[in-house]
Amino acid sequence: MNDEILLEAKKVGMEFGGLKAVDGFDLQLRRGELVGLIGPNGAGKTTCFNCLTGVYKPTSGEVIIRGVNIRGLKTYEVSRLGMTRTFQNIRLFKELSVLDNVIVAGLQHARQTVMDDVLRHPRHYVEEARMRERALELLRIFKLDIKSDQPSSSLPYGEQRRLEIVRALATEPRIILLDEPAAGMNDKETEDLMHLIAQIRRDFRLTVLLIEHDMRLVMGICERIVVLDHGCIISQGTPANIKSDPAVIAAYLGVDEKSAEVT
Amino acid sequence: MTDQRARGLFYRSLPSPFLATVALVLVGLIIENSTNAYTQDVVLWIFTNIILAVSLNLVSGFTGQFSLGHAGFMAVGAYLSAWCSLRPEFQALPDPLRFTLLPAIGGLGAAAAGYIVGLPSLRLRGDYLAIVTLGFGEIIRVTLLNTEAVGGARGLNRIPATEGWLEIGLSPYLAQFSIASFWTVLTITALWRIVHSQKGRIFLSVREDEIAAEAMGVNVTQAKVRAFVISAFFAGVGGSLFAHSVKYLSPATFSFTKSVDIIIMIVLGGMGSFTGSVIAAIFITLIPEFVLRPVQEITKVDLRMVIYSLILILFMIMRPAGLLGTREWNDFAWVKRLQLILSRLLNREAKDDSSNTPSPSEVS
Repeated sequence: MNDEILLEAKKVGMEFGGLKAVDGFDLQLRRGELVGLIGPNGAGKTTCFNCLTGVYKPTSGEVIIRGVNIRGLKTYEVSRLGMTRTFQNIRLFKELSVLDNVIVAGLQHARQTVMDDVLRHPRHYVEEARMRERALELLRIFKLDIKSDQPSSSLPYGEQRRLEIVRALATEPRIILLDEPAAGMNDKETEDLMHLIAQIRRDFRLTVLLIEHDMRLVMGICERIVVLDHGCIISQGTPANIKSDPAVIAAYLGVDEKSAEVT
Repeated sequence: MTDQRARGLFYRSLPSPFLATVALVLVGLIIENSTNAYTQDVVLWIFTNIILAVSLNLVSGFTGQFSLGHAGFMAVGAYLSAWCSLRPEFQALPDPLRFTLLPAIGGLGAAAAGYIVGLPSLRLRGDYLAIVTLGFGEIIRVTLLNTEAVGGARGLNRIPATEGWLEIGLSPYLAQFSIASFWTVLTITALWRIVHSQKGRIFLSVREDEIAAEAMGVNVTQAKVRAFVISAFFAGVGGSLFAHSVKYLSPATFSFTKSVDIIIMIVLGGMGSFTGSVIAAIFITLIPEFVLRPVQEITKVDLRMVIYSLILILFMIMRPAGLLGTREWNDFAWVKRLQLILSRLLNREAKDDSSNTPSPSEVS
């Protein structure tokens, strides 16, 4: 069962007008894997994410999540298949409290109706307390529970990133897609984040797909890395292989066609 | 939380809406005995405006969808309920039942209209949605203008009103006042409780960030349609109360200007604050009648609209988020202190009014 494929992309392509942002993207995520998706700026990494999560409808190819082809599904339906994401530019519900941010994400598991809420039926109180307790529990794991009543926009940057991950976890996902979680973090914060990702993967038995610029982070925790450039996969393999792959070095550092001299 | 604890909270949440209605009716008794007929009518308009403002705030303030068609939903409710109450079949029903239920009929009609408009148009955002809702309001108005069954341009005349429930000692005015208070309390209670619960958090998340909400499994379109339908229902209720207090309806009443009036109330009160909407609705109804009109009588110049606009401009410069922003009455420190003192006096656990989320002590 360990080889079960949770997410599969088959020849996914995405065109905007005449521009091929992603072309022939193949990916298989097996249960429990931690895969990194790297590539220079504009390589199409986030476009890939958007195709995988149903935000964009790929112009060609197919995405299959836990056995379900997501063609024609809305983003929220894809999310309910057990795959969630964080965003490159933080997208918290700014004016909501830290706690409410997490509660909203768990709401697909709420059991009361509008009428229960309006009548303040006992079910309302039971469910309300249950959701709250659940959210607080998650926040406690990430040491954000002491700030649960603050508006999420008042948190420092690193904590906002962390809260986004907590919020994603509250949807009870099987797969989590992290879009540049270390963007804008200093070395210390990145280090903490590495431990955090490793920890949630272990504790929540998650499969993780990670977009990242920070090489140290990617090389440090990913088991497998996929390198994207100009919308195409140019290399994949273990971190050690990737490091020494000339195609990757060329894509990242640029190369002079004739002499292959690294500038 | 144990079931017993939840049941206890449920029972404690029951009486407050009834107490609020009774308290309002007592205020009505004072007003009836101390003021003239004109002032009494103005007070009834306050209820209508509160209902309209609070219901629009659900869509615009809490769900973040800018709607310019609220007067359209109000018109549907007003005309439908007025048309019903003019039917002889309907007049066979006993007076209290008839006039208490009429707003619900208007509300259901408006909710249906809200669903029909909302389903296709709520995929749109921002300005586009505003244009569609503006168009919808105009379609309603022009349709009414050209429908002979509801009087066309002449409007609907002689809409019956309650004749008072003398058996329980309520004069016609007090009976009308009671119906209006009942529906106002119902509107505020229902909307407040919806917003302060799971569904409300979904509305707020849609306002804050649609893309993120969608990624967290929130069906954004469904949430918007829900907010729209609920809001339209109460706009229809407001329309119905309006019809039966003014007793005359004309399509011109429900023009674009009426929608803007309601928007002004929620912007002034604070988008995302029911308390603000209530306060703004009260003042915006009273100021033209009791401040600007006397000023005009003294100066002999009609400066009402000039002063009114100036107030709006100054207010927006000084408090762009509105009177209360997104705060509610119980978000203020002094109110919280007062609640604490009260609850200690009553010698029971800290507990807010019926409608709030339980305090941490209750949860653990």
